[in-house]
Amino acid sequence: MAKAVLEVKNLKMYYFTNKGVVKAVDDISFELKKGEVMGLAGESGCGKSSLGFTLLGMPTPPGKIVDGSIKIDGREIVGLPEDVLRKEIRWEKISMIFQGAMNALNPVYTVGYQMTEPLLYHKGMSQEEALDRAQKYLELVGLDPEIVYRYPHELSGGMKQRVIIAMALLMEPSVVIADEPTTALDVVVQAQIINLMKRLKKELGLSMIFITHDLSILAEISDRVAIMYAGKLVEIGDSEKIYYEPAHPYTQKLLAAIPRLHEDVEKLEFIPGQPPNLINPPKGCRFHPRCPYAMDICREQVPELKEIDKDHYAACWLL
Amino acid sequence: MAEPILKVENLKKYFPLKRGLLASLRGEPQRFVHAVDGVSFEIHKQQVFALVGESGCGKSTTGRLIVKLLEPTDGKIYLEGQDVTEITTKEEILAYRRKVQMIFQDPFASLNPRFRIFDVLEEPLLIHGIGETRAEREELIYKALEMVKVTPPEDYVSRFPHMLSGGQRQRVAIARALILNPTFIVADEPVSMLDVSIRAEILELMKDLKDKIGVTYLYITHDLSTARYFADWIAVMYLGRIVEIGPATRVIDNPLHPYTRALLAAVPEPKPERRNVIKELPIKGEVPSAVEIPPGCRFHPRCIYFQKGLCDVQQPKLIEYEHNHWAECHLVGKF
Repeated sequence: MAKAVLEVKNLKMYYFTNKGVVKAVDDISFELKKGEVMGLAGESGCGKSSLGFTLLGMPTPPGKIVDGSIKIDGREIVGLPEDVLRKEIRWEKISMIFQGAMNALNPVYTVGYQMTEPLLYHKGMSQEEALDRAQKYLELVGLDPEIVYRYPHELSGGMKQRVIIAMALLMEPSVVIADEPTTALDVVVQAQIINLMKRLKKELGLSMIFITHDLSILAEISDRVAIMYAGKLVEIGDSEKIYYEPAHPYTQKLLAAIPRLHEDVEKLEFIPGQPPNLINPPKGCRFHPRCPYAMDICREQVPELKEIDKDHYAACWLL
Repeated sequence: MAEPILKVENLKKYFPLKRGLLASLRGEPQRFVHAVDGVSFEIHKQQVFALVGESGCGKSTTGRLIVKLLEPTDGKIYLEGQDVTEITTKEEILAYRRKVQMIFQDPFASLNPRFRIFDVLEEPLLIHGIGETRAEREELIYKALEMVKVTPPEDYVSRFPHMLSGGQRQRVAIARALILNPTFIVADEPVSMLDVSIRAEILELMKDLKDKIGVTYLYITHDLSTARYFADWIAVMYLGRIVEIGPATRVIDNPLHPYTRALLAAVPEPKPERRNVIKELPIKGEVPSAVEIPPGCRFHPRCIYFQKGLCDVQQPKLIEYEHNHWAECHLVGKF
């Protein structure tokens, strides 16, 4: 069995807002194996992006890691001081491909300047070495290396997203977090970027967490899928299991809400109501107010993730 | 066949590009963005007509021309036989807008944040002088909210938009469009900013309303899966022109135009078994600028079936290849 590059245990990250404590990431545990792509899906506000930022050791203020452990290549990063995180962990060990290629680049610097910055700072490379490395990675993502001399506004959306991907890979991190890397892109460009990520997965053996709300895109790349609801993981397992034998009612409903391109769907299903407020989440299973199968126990006790099949876990009292 | 509700003929919209003082002094010709460049289609009663394409293909501009938020450069639009492009007076435009309403993409931006839901829905009634007393208007507002299932209405009328969820806001936006009892609705990407489950809910609602109150939709989207689900007809737009048009399932199951094929190949599907297969995308390059339209077939620089001397010289015609299914390509059936 492949070694885990990322181990997350009982991770809790809360936002301490004026209105109360928002439990955005609430007791989450999982492992990411080397060379594996794990998809992380859920509706807006379920905490999936919060989890992504937390894994980089940088929860967005007023968020704080309250409890739990994040180990990358066996090294604990929770509790490390900011300067160590910055120097030794972020980009070196774990990096992020940001959402919205349009805004993630600084418009006043050339692509080359932005790409070489971490190399000069982290690796103490010379200007030439750094530029060389940047160009190598631009080629890897299918861009003309001459782009280092261009400014972001001279590039199309798809090209910018490729630059962002090249930047995330530049320091050869063990884990890459991709946060909605294809939203806001047109469907053809989106497919090209997904193809690129598939190729990089194969060529570089990338270990990646792919965050999106779109289960169709997720299926295109993920080996394993984790479904998040209201700050908790409700189901996790191999992609085939999640898509063809979903166990949790929430996963089942999400899949039934997707219109299919080549199938006639009589009626799309939807989940009545809306995700709960994470300051006062419902008692028991957080999905119970929207669940058609809710029983008494669901309103009282929190279900734990349990193994229902080999490597397939779900948190539901029905199982 | 019955007369169409909406008929669009050779519709064109060119936006002039800004040019500098120097350029105009030098007498350089004015350049234009050819946003919509000769579009024709018909929509029949109680049908959903989807206009599909990538950003910048002119689909939203077409929608805005139909609701008269923009004036066309050339071409005609007929609603129930009436020539819409001839309408100029304020009264006529008002009367027209009572029949044609629009739903916008972003329910966070399309509702005035300082208006309570009551005011949001009362505004169109006041503009059109419907309902003499407040009580009459209130009744209409409650009815509209019930229709879009924002219930009970009395719980919502005094709320501000920020107190509603995204799905509820979009339903209020739909209620605002419906409250005038229009015959035709232009829905510009109404679900693309919503979560999957809410997206399904809004699509179901719009479908339901189509049957209940007999409204006809122009559904503008980039998403072929929802177009197949919701629409009866699909027209695929590329660089300001419709390159393929036909019954929704035919366009998806038997695409004729190379561009439609490329779009379809690019649609992600929830089938994990293909996750390690790199998809073939039968298309090259990127969308060119709508200022300098490529000569001949405007898709030729990106087409993998491109034939020199034909596609880059002659503009193809929209031809019916199977019953009701048209495409604008020289090479249909030859690749």
